[in-house]
Amino acid sequence: MEGFADALLLRAGYNAALVGVGAALLGFAAGASGSFMFLRKRALVSDAVAHATLPGVGLAFIAMVMLGGDGRWLPGLLAGSALSAWVGLLVVEWITRRTRLPEDTAIGAVLSVFFGIGIVLLTVIQSMSSGRQAGLEDFLLGATAGMLYQDAVVIAAGGTLAVLATWILRRPMTLVAFDAEYAAASGYDVRRIDLAMMGLVLAVTVIGLKIVGLILIVAMLIIPPVTARFWTDRSDRLIWVAGASGGLAGYFGAAISASAPALPTGPIIVLVAAALFIVSLFLAPVRGVLAALLRHRRFQHRVHLRQGLLALARGDRILEPYTIRVLQAEGLARADGVATEAGRARAARIARDERRWAVAREVHQDSGLTGRYDGLTPIEQVFTPDEIAEFDRRLGGPTPVGGA
Amino acid sequence: MQGAQASEPRLVLTSDASASPAAIPASAPLAIRGLTVSYGERPAVFSVDATFPEEAMTAIIGPNGAGKSTLLKAALGVIPRLSGDIRVFGDPVDLARDRIAYVPQRASVDWDFPTTVMDVVLMGLYRRVGLLGRMTGAHRAKAQDCLDRVGMAEFADRQIGQLSGGQQQRVFLARALAQDAELYLLDEPFAGVDAATERAIIDVLKALKAQRKAVIAVHHDLATVRAYFDHVFLINVRSIAEGPVETAFTAETLHATYGGKLAATHLDQLSLTGV
Repeated sequence: MEGFADALLLRAGYNAALVGVGAALLGFAAGASGSFMFLRKRALVSDAVAHATLPGVGLAFIAMVMLGGDGRWLPGLLAGSALSAWVGLLVVEWITRRTRLPEDTAIGAVLSVFFGIGIVLLTVIQSMSSGRQAGLEDFLLGATAGMLYQDAVVIAAGGTLAVLATWILRRPMTLVAFDAEYAAASGYDVRRIDLAMMGLVLAVTVIGLKIVGLILIVAMLIIPPVTARFWTDRSDRLIWVAGASGGLAGYFGAAISASAPALPTGPIIVLVAAALFIVSLFLAPVRGVLAALLRHRRFQHRVHLRQGLLALARGDRILEPYTIRVLQAEGLARADGVATEAGRARAARIARDERRWAVAREVHQDSGLTGRYDGLTPIEQVFTPDEIAEFDRRLGGPTPVGGA
Repeated sequence: MQGAQASEPRLVLTSDASASPAAIPASAPLAIRGLTVSYGERPAVFSVDATFPEEAMTAIIGPNGAGKSTLLKAALGVIPRLSGDIRVFGDPVDLARDRIAYVPQRASVDWDFPTTVMDVVLMGLYRRVGLLGRMTGAHRAKAQDCLDRVGMAEFADRQIGQLSGGQQQRVFLARALAQDAELYLLDEPFAGVDAATERAIIDVLKALKAQRKAVIAVHHDLATVRAYFDHVFLINVRSIAEGPVETAFTAETLHATYGGKLAATHLDQLSLTGV
């Protein structure tokens, strides 16, 4: 626990602090740039991009060793992964544009083929004399334990640049995500903006390889935006809420794994992000599951109340137990479904409301006002007292109702 | 392309749709020459010439699948064209983007997108503000004014998912108004909207015409053509007829456009000349 607190307060050593800051920046960049993919409904392209990094990692290692250098030099490995991810992205784009295959097929094909090539290359490297301690499999799930200072700097700097680029491109990306047709008609190059969107995701993926790993980085691109969607109805805020939730997940995840070296960094970060998602899923004020459930229950209550009162007004027997419970709770009926004094009065008023609505719909055929007839809205909320008096006149005089 | 067009036996009512395309007047808000658009190997629009007049409201009319929307989208470069030259006020379309405002079909976007009415209207100002420019109070006031013109002023902060179809259409129109364009292109602006919205939209469009702007709309309701528009362009993959409503919107041209799909009883109700 003490180790966790130290890591949270950046006291667990210089490298751990840099990893924490780097993971937070990475989480922020991933959440923000992933937002546009989510809004564009192309989130899974990022999974293809992530898996397409692996051949590049392997090839970069082999190339650097053959040139007599250190095969594990991080900037070299990241450059290689970016290059092969870019090729993967272009292949997805090309297949979608040039063939009749849908995008999900292209994603599936690129993802599996590139990942397969990458695994083969890793196996080849394992058998190379200098490849024994390459540690390239760390790129699959991320590992920060043996991270060098300059590695952490690369990640922190890359994360900052990605956030900056997301901010600069936010307007064209929003426009393309919401209304690509209008964007094109306004002279925006939709294909280039889409590629920029993907390029940003690609950059985040590459930066995140060392910390989160290529298999799980897609979670950091998708989960924070989905989390953010529960809390806001505005895309400009969604980007920052997603960034914040990703950043928190990165920071806390890195701190947890720094306090217990046996815990893998990437999966822990993803689990923290998922925890934020689950909390939002249930507790978000409007779109959350609980709020929706409460709303539904209140609506159901209104419907049963109205139906029950109408049944009382007609003198029908109420069969549904829930309706009886609702009426009973409001003191309008007894447990056997027989109306109380108050229930009879309310029922008469509801019945009059229905009769007035029937006249109103006849009088105002085809107007927006009667469109608001939903069987639940009292007529007083839609029409003026004068209009209602006119409906009553057509009904043949006001029906005397107790207490109205 | 031109040869193929000339050798086809077909009804040609447009004065300038002969073998050699007419010269493009620089004042024409939108001029199309030899436009062909194809989905796969099936042309949706074939070798169409059209010259839309200035300071007028033009309806693009034709049956379902006749290429009305396709014509508009291809002219704007939203979908690629196989061939053809597009001029906006005499310039290539890419040089005239700031003079064009486009209102896409309402159904073309996801209305659950997290954004507000005000933010959608502000999208009309993105180009003017630029990548790094700030949205100022003046921009918001401008957007609010455009919402007012379409009767949606009190909805500025509403989430777009809560709007009715007609309200959505008005917000799209407000976004186009914010662009301060000279040529307004609308794709089925009256499709599936309530009567009040239809009234509000046509009032705004007529006000635009009074300000000497050009309005071109894909239109599907033949009954309102006379009341709303002063110019028509009839299309069914090929261009059929174009001209003022009085001369080009006749039983003959409609028959040529729709073939047998238009019932005689329907034609009677349009109070056409030359029946």
